[in-house]
Amino acid sequence: MSDVPSDLKYTKSHEWIRVEGDEATIGITDHAQDQLGDMVFVEVPEVGAAFDVGDACAVVESVKAASDVYSPLTGEVIESNEALADSPESVNQDAYGDGWIMKLKLSDPEELEELLDADAYAEFCENEDH
Amino acid sequence: MPFIPHTEGEVAAMLDAIGVDTIENLFDEIPQSLRIGKLNAVPEAMSEMEIGRLMMQRAEQDGHPLNFIGAGAYEHHIPAAVWEITTRGEFYSAYTPYQAEASQGTLQVIYEYQTMMTRLMAMDVSNASLYDGASGLAEAVLMAVRANRKSKSKKILVPRALHPNYRKTTYSIVHNQGIELIEVPYDAAGGHTPVEALKEYEGQDITAVVIAQPNFFGVLEDVDDLTNWAQNNGALTIAVVNPLVMSVLKPPGQWGDNGVDIACGEGQPLGVPLSSGGPYYGFMCAKQAHVRQMPGRIVGRTVDRDGRIGYTLTLQAREQHIRRTKATSNICTNQGLAVTASTIFMSIVGGAGLQRMASQSHANTVSLINQLSGEHVKPRFSRPCFHEAVLTLDASLDAVMQDLASQNLLPGFALQDDYPELENSLLVCATETKTGQDLARYAELLGQAIATHASSGVLSQSHGA
Amino acid sequence: MLIFEHSRPGREATAQSPATMADLSDLPANQLRSEKPGLPEVSELQAVRHYTRLSQKNFSIDTNFYPLGSCTMKYNPRGCNTYAMLPGLLARHPYAPESASQGYMACLYELQEMLKDVTGMKSVSLTPAAGAQGEFAGVAMIRAYHDARNDTARTEILVPDAAHGTNPATANMCGYEVREIPTNKEGDVDIEALKAAVGPQTAGIMLTNPSTLGVFERKIEEIAKTVHQAGGLLYYDGANLNAILGKVRPGDMGFDVIHMNLHKTFSTPHGGGGPGAGPVGVSERLAPFLPVPMVGENNGHYFWITEKDKPQSIGRMSAFMGNAGVLLRAYIYARMLGREGMQRVAEYATLNANYLLARLREAGFDLAFPKRRATHEFIVTLKKQKKELDVTAMDFAKRLLDYGYHAPTTYFPLLVPECLLIEPTESEAKEDLDGFVEAMVKIHEEAKDNAELLKEAPHTQPVRRLDDVRAARELDLAWTGS
Repeated sequence: MSDVPSDLKYTKSHEWIRVEGDEATIGITDHAQDQLGDMVFVEVPEVGAAFDVGDACAVVESVKAASDVYSPLTGEVIESNEALADSPESVNQDAYGDGWIMKLKLSDPEELEELLDADAYAEFCENEDH
Repeated sequence: MPFIPHTEGEVAAMLDAIGVDTIENLFDEIPQSLRIGKLNAVPEAMSEMEIGRLMMQRAEQDGHPLNFIGAGAYEHHIPAAVWEITTRGEFYSAYTPYQAEASQGTLQVIYEYQTMMTRLMAMDVSNASLYDGASGLAEAVLMAVRANRKSKSKKILVPRALHPNYRKTTYSIVHNQGIELIEVPYDAAGGHTPVEALKEYEGQDITAVVIAQPNFFGVLEDVDDLTNWAQNNGALTIAVVNPLVMSVLKPPGQWGDNGVDIACGEGQPLGVPLSSGGPYYGFMCAKQAHVRQMPGRIVGRTVDRDGRIGYTLTLQAREQHIRRTKATSNICTNQGLAVTASTIFMSIVGGAGLQRMASQSHANTVSLINQLSGEHVKPRFSRPCFHEAVLTLDASLDAVMQDLASQNLLPGFALQDDYPELENSLLVCATETKTGQDLARYAELLGQAIATHASSGVLSQSHGA
Repeated sequence: MLIFEHSRPGREATAQSPATMADLSDLPANQLRSEKPGLPEVSELQAVRHYTRLSQKNFSIDTNFYPLGSCTMKYNPRGCNTYAMLPGLLARHPYAPESASQGYMACLYELQEMLKDVTGMKSVSLTPAAGAQGEFAGVAMIRAYHDARNDTARTEILVPDAAHGTNPATANMCGYEVREIPTNKEGDVDIEALKAAVGPQTAGIMLTNPSTLGVFERKIEEIAKTVHQAGGLLYYDGANLNAILGKVRPGDMGFDVIHMNLHKTFSTPHGGGGPGAGPVGVSERLAPFLPVPMVGENNGHYFWITEKDKPQSIGRMSAFMGNAGVLLRAYIYARMLGREGMQRVAEYATLNANYLLARLREAGFDLAFPKRRATHEFIVTLKKQKKELDVTAMDFAKRLLDYGYHAPTTYFPLLVPECLLIEPTESEAKEDLDGFVEAMVKIHEEAKDNAELLKEAPHTQPVRRLDDVRAARELDLAWTGS
């Protein structure tokens, strides 16, 4: 079973969200990186870009697949993980740490209510596997 | 049975193993109402001897005219070894190298081809090719729209002096995606695309600028100024070039202060026969920063489990079979066999050989233009040309061309249909394949035809379009 | 070793280019290249030997059984190549006048007529350069048709979930949204889901029949009716035409537009990945929109049909006539088959596939659709072997190379886990099919006794499995040595 830290929020499209005040750090989950396999490239958004919930905001690319990452929240990008350009494997090795993709300044913190907690996400993954 | 090896006994044994009585029964899931009988428009079978004879007759029927047409397809010498090796069964009858270990031949050829093209163009990366020069430009336009994230307009500046069928093909392929192709006029006297013609777009959101070198008229463009203008205005640059000519002219990677973003064009001059227009191939090179927006197949060098060097398709996640609706293009194949021929061609002819081929083609064309020019035949444009030029006749071009064709000489490409302003104007090209005698024959026949068909007045000196 | 590594400064194949450099002083100095391009400097023999040796590192139809599903790797008759490369045909300039092109144009015209007959379509354009371009032309015509009727609310193309990736990619290139239609357990399109999906927003549906699952879509007439009633058009992806050539015509099934892959069904070479050719055929109502150029005939005189004659045409797909030389090869092949030979293609392709299916089933392999007939191809699933023996379809594929067989298509279609899509084609003899079955059985035994043999395969090729991750992370796309 893949790692699902209890202090994070999640989406059904396999993003994780760490909230600090009105800022959120976003990445893809350990489960998602495991499904995609060895990352070869991550395209991160530009600082200043604005996203609505569900907008494609980044692309993670492995040898066998390229997947969009969807913004789980509405907001503006205040930082993106440029280091992934040289070390896309961080997403595989440390999905919840060095593998983060972007930080958003949130426009509507109430949207956080819509996200899954760790238990709900773990259960969702369990069901998806069958 | 042609190309089917089965004996009667084998068919019986195979049907027995399947558990049906006749081959017909294998089609029992297809509704009876859909089954057809005879194919009426398909003739009875011919043996190889019979079809061989028919094809020889048909080829003979079309004669062996002395050809002075270029216009996007150029007659150059091709070493005999090129197609001898290219049509070896191991290249000819292999498929896309999905099983890399069993396709190292094709994969290494493509890697060598990519290397040669990047060197010829002075660019960072090359793909494994696209269908032809025109559709390759369409792909370059789509690529520029993806790559220029800062631009939202999807407006592309395209010179009128670009090959008309490249403009038409690009339109056919990109217009459903909301991309606007804006025509930039050429200078009526010089035949080039003046940078002043771009000035009205200054400060506007332009996604990319297309620059052809030489342009369709054979005229050299001010590539440095055009490239710099585009880049100073936030637009990407797409070069459309003749690769053989780039052996002697400044390559797109060195245009302007920073070089172009994408270089593409028709690969045919590098070892591919005229062959009625195809199969040719479109090449595409780009700056490293744009590599993930490139369409088509790309081969990379890597190592195997034992650390041996090997080659494989890479960056496949961009492609249609994985990315589906978000793919960079729907393209699957490249023009593998034509690329194989070009790779062998470039190896045998070499860099210095290409330069001599290109320079002698240019010299022949200059000589031809000098011999043809006279009271009733004038060069149309004042700017320097490379191995192709426009002549304007003081005579009915149709009548002259028919006269010459009936004497087995194709004098060039008539521009009037695509450029109504270039009435009685002919685009001519004499490659290194033409001898002094060939040029003299053209001059003689043209002289006779003009004498028959010349207009009463002397050719206007005006260059106004 | 790369060709560049054979290079020695100053070495040349001097017989192959003009003896001297011509003067370029009439050109502005700032337009000239400052240094010679860095191409190989080798002798002709070195180049010939290098590329001959490289060719020997390839599997090909001429050297190996190549049952690559959905690719129709049948024999490419040598005569088709020889007679398409007659000097007169190779030397013809694409802009040669009609008067000096009648022989060539006769071949194209007759090919158009034959393709109309075998597809049941009213009109054919040969110009698309490959299957994907034919697909693009097909969907662009559907769009042009609706646009011409001001029916601009049709924004959606339906695509079965089993479809090849080009289908959704093409629809997207034509500016359409893609809606996927599920497939049922028997491999047919889910008709109820289709009925629920069609509506005034439906521009058309893209179907392959037989489908990518190797089975004939039995409810095709009902699908056609459903889509047509909603005002949509039917697009036929000709990838699998070999299965039904001369037996069933897409036009009779109700399709409005079809593309053919001449490099599959009409045996033109795959060439290591092209050139192909993807002619399109259409029903009456789409005829005005066909891409140009086409060839017309009037009292034995052949002429070009261009955008002047067809103002509603979707336009040009390439600078000239598409892959003209490929069209000539297909023409020669079609004439050599003749009308009976064409029908035999489907018959013997289907016989070979069903025989191979029966033998593999008997040998204990699981079929993806065990209740269905094979068409010209079928799918084996190694799901069980993966679970029980921890070997994958990829391991089988790589080990087959050691036995001298090119692998079937793996991991396509995406719907079937651990799949091998196997297409033997009509040109393989029974003993070659039997040899393939024996190899599969042996590999299965190896999987039980010594799975490492598979996982480490291939063992006999010029290289072993390659590091794809390194290839994509540390991009090396052009040699930087000198």
